[in-house]
Amino acid sequence: MNQSNQLELHHAIKIAPDKCRACTHCLQVCPTEAIRIRNGKATIIPGRCVDCGECHRACPYHAFYVEQDDLSRIFDYKYRVALFPAVFVSQFPENISEEQIYSVLKQIGFTHTCEVEQPISVLIDSIKDFAQNEYDSESPIISSFCPATVRLIQVKYPALTDHLVLRNAPHDLAAWYVRQRLAEEGIDPSDAGIFYITPCAAKIAAVKSPVGEKKSIVDGIINMSEIYNQVMAKATGVTGNFHSCDCRNEISREGILWSLPEGEKAAFEGKSLSVDGMHNVIRILERLEDGDLPDIDFLELRACEEGCAGGIMMTGNRFLTADRQHSRAKNFPKAQSSVGMEDLAEKLRIAPVQPRPMVHLDTDMEKAFAKMEKARSIMCHLPGIDCGACGAPSCLALAEDMVRHEARMTDCIYIQQLWQKEGKISAEKAFRNLEKRWGENRFDMDCSKRGAKNDNGFGLMNEGEDADLY
Amino acid sequence: MKLNFQVEGGNFAKAGVASSEVKKVLKKLGVPPMVIRRIVVALYEAEVNIVAHAQQGIISVDVRHDKVEIELRDKGPGIGDISQAMQEGFSTASEEVRAMGFGAGMGLPNIKKNADELNIESKVGEGTTVHITNYFAKP
Repeated sequence: MNQSNQLELHHAIKIAPDKCRACTHCLQVCPTEAIRIRNGKATIIPGRCVDCGECHRACPYHAFYVEQDDLSRIFDYKYRVALFPAVFVSQFPENISEEQIYSVLKQIGFTHTCEVEQPISVLIDSIKDFAQNEYDSESPIISSFCPATVRLIQVKYPALTDHLVLRNAPHDLAAWYVRQRLAEEGIDPSDAGIFYITPCAAKIAAVKSPVGEKKSIVDGIINMSEIYNQVMAKATGVTGNFHSCDCRNEISREGILWSLPEGEKAAFEGKSLSVDGMHNVIRILERLEDGDLPDIDFLELRACEEGCAGGIMMTGNRFLTADRQHSRAKNFPKAQSSVGMEDLAEKLRIAPVQPRPMVHLDTDMEKAFAKMEKARSIMCHLPGIDCGACGAPSCLALAEDMVRHEARMTDCIYIQQLWQKEGKISAEKAFRNLEKRWGENRFDMDCSKRGAKNDNGFGLMNEGEDADLY
Repeated sequence: MKLNFQVEGGNFAKAGVASSEVKKVLKKLGVPPMVIRRIVVALYEAEVNIVAHAQQGIISVDVRHDKVEIELRDKGPGIGDISQAMQEGFSTASEEVRAMGFGAGMGLPNIKKNADELNIESKVGEGTTVHITNYFAKP
């Protein structure tokens, strides 16, 4: 299997098999066709997954989850820093103040708090420096801010990796910045743990296996929705005040807006384009590959609609969040000069991003050729309905799985039906084939499925819970 | 492996269908990304040329083990002076077409830049046939 060489790549999106009902919603939305149903459960082909979280969004059974570090791990450290992006603050209802949000973080056990997008001018100047002094290929340069789009480019648009800005994301910048601040307070670096609270699976994957650098600087990752719940539960009880351990000096208008659409674009002169939403990103990258974009200097990409305000672990509505973020930005000054922070700028450089094309049928081109011709012949027989009942996202994907020896003709329910009619296969055998793909007893009556008589909403009932109570 | 496409003159909404399909096939074959890019840029430009100038056309793509041969044959106005048309900035595109962002006079030079071999035959009033050949490995 030509995908095995990518197995070491870290992924943050996981599937809880007990919750998965193989309903195929995820199959259809995956931008890299990375999902297959095997034995009645969705599975992810690791090399293809870009951690964008579209499957997580689409799943009606909440079977996809994002791995994180246990919150109690923060107590492994004497000093505990909460590093969180501006969208975290902006997603709360208006009646919860910034001070209250900061206070709850400390109540949870963090000793220091730091918003991610500071000091943003270091990043702005560093990207400008890259554009002017390092980049010598065709325009445009492509933002490397959104790790899902960076991975998408590596996997699906490998010829475009050369366009990526070779600079770290704001969370790396802020982590270095906060380490400097801690050092100024006389804190031993080994005593401090920096925990990154993020709404994004791809950011987690990027932190665990960073693209273009050896090691990430943060010590742990906390899922943002978990902290959201803590703040909602505790905020009204606290009279919030900012404290000297709140690292807020470099919060700026530009920084707050950075993760939203046009956040980066605003910082650059010249022609730039801001594109958000996975499908829109794909369309624009296809056009760029075709040489069919007018001259653009800078291309800003966000896999989520409304940028990070639409992150998969955001609880607040993306439009309300973005609106509050815009209002909030007005309360802060423009970003201060990055002069004197050259040492931070040095930390932002990353090595060139390597392509890792995953869509080829075989690593040997001649074999790939033979496989493609075979897949095209198979397509003559498949119905072209793209129903997903075979466990692949489309008939073509099934045909390609077949030539990779990962699927069989009888996985197609229509072919099976036809073969039964033609007497080529018994009804018994056909049904056994179905059970192989979808799991034994999958077709027994089950009133707990979505929309059925005893639908209990999301998730499975715990053992001992009495369904009749509901 | 042969792939054929019909191109409708004047319908910009469908411009790029052939190059998009060819791109998918070449990626699946594992052709080096930068080689694909050159082929696709050349094909896309040539495809848009048919849409912009001709009434209709047929694109035949022959994908071999070592190269791609593309023929784009159109019924259209033809090109009077091919060497003039090959110069950057030369364009006969209408104002309407230019307003849509096409017809800047970079088409043929751009095809030439991205094609390993390019051959253009044309008869004024009848049509144009463009042959593009690109190799997967440098000879």
